[in-house]
Amino acid sequence: MHRVSNYLSLRAVQRCFKIPNNGGEISSGIYFPRQNSVSVGGIRGYAARVAPGAAAVDKAIQEAESSTEGNKATPADAADLAADRPRFPGSRSKWTGKMDFLMPEAYEGIPVYRVMDRRGIIDDPTQDPNLDEATLVKMYQTMTLLNYMDKILYESQRQGRISFYMTHFGEEGTLIGSAAGLDDKDLAYVQYREAGILMWRGFTLDQFMNQCYGNEEDIGKGKQMPVHYGSKELAFVTVSSPLATQMPQAVGSAYAYKRAQNGKVVICYFGDGAASEGDAHAALNFSATLDCPIIFFCRNNGYAISTPTSQQFRGDGIASRGPGYGIPTIRVDGNDTLAIYNVTKAARDLCLTQNRPVLIEAMTYRIGHHSTSDDSSAYRSVDEVKYWDQEDNPISRIRKYMTHKGFWNDEKETQWRDKAKKQVMVAFQKAEKKLRPAPEDLFNDVFDELPWNLRKQRKEMLDAVKSHPEQYPLKEHAKIGSAST
Amino acid sequence: MITKNLISRLRPALVRPTTSIRHASAHFTYVPEVAREEYGPTSKRNLFQSINNAMDVALGSDRTAVIFGEDVAFGGVFRATVNLQEKYGKDRVFNTPLCEQGIVGFGIGVAVAGSTAIAEVQFADYIYPAFDQLVNEAAKYRYRSGNQFNCGALTVRTPYGAVGHGALYHSQSPEAYFAHTAGLKVVIPRGPIQAKGLLLSCIRDKNPCIFFEPKILYRSAVEEVPNGDYEIPLGKAEILRQGTDVTLVGYGTQIHVLKEVADMAQEKLGVSCEVIDVQTISPWDAETVCNSVTKTGRLLVSHEAPITNGFAAEIASYVQKECFLNLEAPVERVCGWDTPFPHSLEPFYMPNKWRCFDAIKRLMSF
Ligand SMILES: Cc1ncc(C[n+]2csc(CCOP(=O)(O)OP(=O)(O)O)c2C)c(N)n1
Ligand SMILES: [Mg+2]
Repeated sequence: MHRVSNYLSLRAVQRCFKIPNNGGEISSGIYFPRQNSVSVGGIRGYAARVAPGAAAVDKAIQEAESSTEGNKATPADAADLAADRPRFPGSRSKWTGKMDFLMPEAYEGIPVYRVMDRRGIIDDPTQDPNLDEATLVKMYQTMTLLNYMDKILYESQRQGRISFYMTHFGEEGTLIGSAAGLDDKDLAYVQYREAGILMWRGFTLDQFMNQCYGNEEDIGKGKQMPVHYGSKELAFVTVSSPLATQMPQAVGSAYAYKRAQNGKVVICYFGDGAASEGDAHAALNFSATLDCPIIFFCRNNGYAISTPTSQQFRGDGIASRGPGYGIPTIRVDGNDTLAIYNVTKAARDLCLTQNRPVLIEAMTYRIGHHSTSDDSSAYRSVDEVKYWDQEDNPISRIRKYMTHKGFWNDEKETQWRDKAKKQVMVAFQKAEKKLRPAPEDLFNDVFDELPWNLRKQRKEMLDAVKSHPEQYPLKEHAKIGSAST
Repeated sequence: MITKNLISRLRPALVRPTTSIRHASAHFTYVPEVAREEYGPTSKRNLFQSINNAMDVALGSDRTAVIFGEDVAFGGVFRATVNLQEKYGKDRVFNTPLCEQGIVGFGIGVAVAGSTAIAEVQFADYIYPAFDQLVNEAAKYRYRSGNQFNCGALTVRTPYGAVGHGALYHSQSPEAYFAHTAGLKVVIPRGPIQAKGLLLSCIRDKNPCIFFEPKILYRSAVEEVPNGDYEIPLGKAEILRQGTDVTLVGYGTQIHVLKEVADMAQEKLGVSCEVIDVQTISPWDAETVCNSVTKTGRLLVSHEAPITNGFAAEIASYVQKECFLNLEAPVERVCGWDTPFPHSLEPFYMPNKWRCFDAIKRLMSF
């Protein structure tokens, strides 16, 4: 018997299996670690090809399936060889006399789903989502607008105009492809490098800039560092710096959505580094055991600040964890915006129709520094960065595709670029001139209402300011007393 | 298309602090100190270089000592471990996966097995995933095993405090949570010379220590730091300035505010202040503080952390019991407000010198 036969869930499933999409247009390689109507055939088929006595395995699987609910033991049937199976609670195994350790090296890497190659040419026409011109143009324009905004805000931090910034260079495809594959009303929990989702949903340049300046028109009221956006209206939960904390929260929201039957899913973005936090484990495990309609979207961009993924984990990326949790999982080329779109859309359908989580691992590359506090030349080569910037860039790839289709050309590019840059500059200059919040706003929103101690402290603070007004940057702030409570 | 700006994006940014015109002005002036002569020859070092030098000494003098944490291999995001991996090898200075509970739990295990563990948590704001390992595990290892096991060889270093633009999650001062836990030593230095001696003491102390580093001082505080191996005892306060009218107590960054306040009080009010750096928050040196208050009759305690249940509350209540009959005025606390750490409104949150100065006026006019 082959090693594979006692480890059916991973390689076997993944190698042999293609899921026909419900609508029939896309068949992506999402694989199911737990048997169900789609996956069982694949496993059986594979087992039949590799294993003698496959029929027995087949039967055993069927029995195990029928017995998994509530951990009931398989009814004993001494005559049937396959019936002598482990009866440990929840077991789907059979006995083996072979002392085989599962060696991770024995399994090939999980494949990367893609739709178009680096030249923007479709690999397999059945996978082309055939998006209409307007949608593609909107996707391209959002990707490039994000890119211009990043350039300007990055530079502005360099000039000391804003205190901090993080760019999305290289990840525009993962962001816009996934945003387009969702319903705009789906609840997004993000890490911090996901402004593209907001931009797709209509967060304005003014809103981005106001947040980065922390001025009085920031809808987050200037409470957080730049890039910590949030918008209730756009179903985008406010960013929090502590990593992976959003992940179990996203699962809780998905559970509530399932009970509310509102037809929405939750998407939770996180990085390859954040995936090492304890909260990531809690989230994945909760989502599977509580059957939550959530898409876990890992942006695997190769680094967590200076730490390469080789020092972050030794398994086959983040995707290999999915089956271990019982979560349908797929790995996708993050620089292929169309592939990202396809898998997100398919994952969403799966979440909704089966009430279960899906894990997407988007393979991409962080072209920019981690943030304005980082200099990545201290830990990676300029050539490495150059490769991804020039040879395998999501923006140039989708542009090539659109050019082949006749949806885009150099003239449109020039016009759009001028327009986009102008828009960004105008918004930037506007935000820079605005005042910061009024001093007393410091105490608002700690609780729903100010308790006595905060009211007292607010007065003490204002008295301190009154006693030495020249020591406070009052001119940069809205007038004392103008904050809305 | 993107390429054009690639090079400009990759321009070295390392030595450039993330200052900004509107955010840069520190709320104090750093006045370098001079090391005691007995410590021997010195070199110019800022705070992160001095901490780096302390770890260099620790690894050089203890072959079991290892350093680990997020991004420490390339030198750490604040450069405190720079060059140490080159010098001591990848098995002694290494990156961990991104997981604070893992870092501290791993460090406890290293210490339990008889080696010296120097763990870095990238920001004090991110120490909470490790709260359980610190509070329930590290702090109680010796006690719960009847002193069969201990993890005294564990030191957790972590940057803390306001920097002018760090907001909620890059500014916190969480020392009080840990001072509330018996079995942990909590230490906070105010500058390069002191940091080296205190860190070496923490690393060699027989109890788990948390060492909070004032990150605003990493580059801005520069002193002639002794090159050799020296320790500054834990649990002892240092009187930085003698005075007769008011005792000012603090630690870390806030010491520099208090020293300026002492000058202002002398200049503008003719009031003589005694300035005490407790250095170790837990266990703190109540004797030195009470002796001073017995003499001056007035006490101001100040820290950046929120006032309610901040460590100033402990000092104030202890002193009012011990020195009740010597007190000329109620103890004053000037601290952060009971809010999360703000972003745009940081100047209005800080326990700045003007608030401290007004508190001294209240103490004198009571
Ligand atoms: C709990 C916690 N620990 C540490 C940090 C500091 N930190 C901020 S971003 C980051 C790296 C995250 O890498 P990854 O998840 O791969 O996301 P990427 O930056 O690559 O998008 C670290 C260590 C943090 N914000 N929160
Ligand atoms: Mg990453």
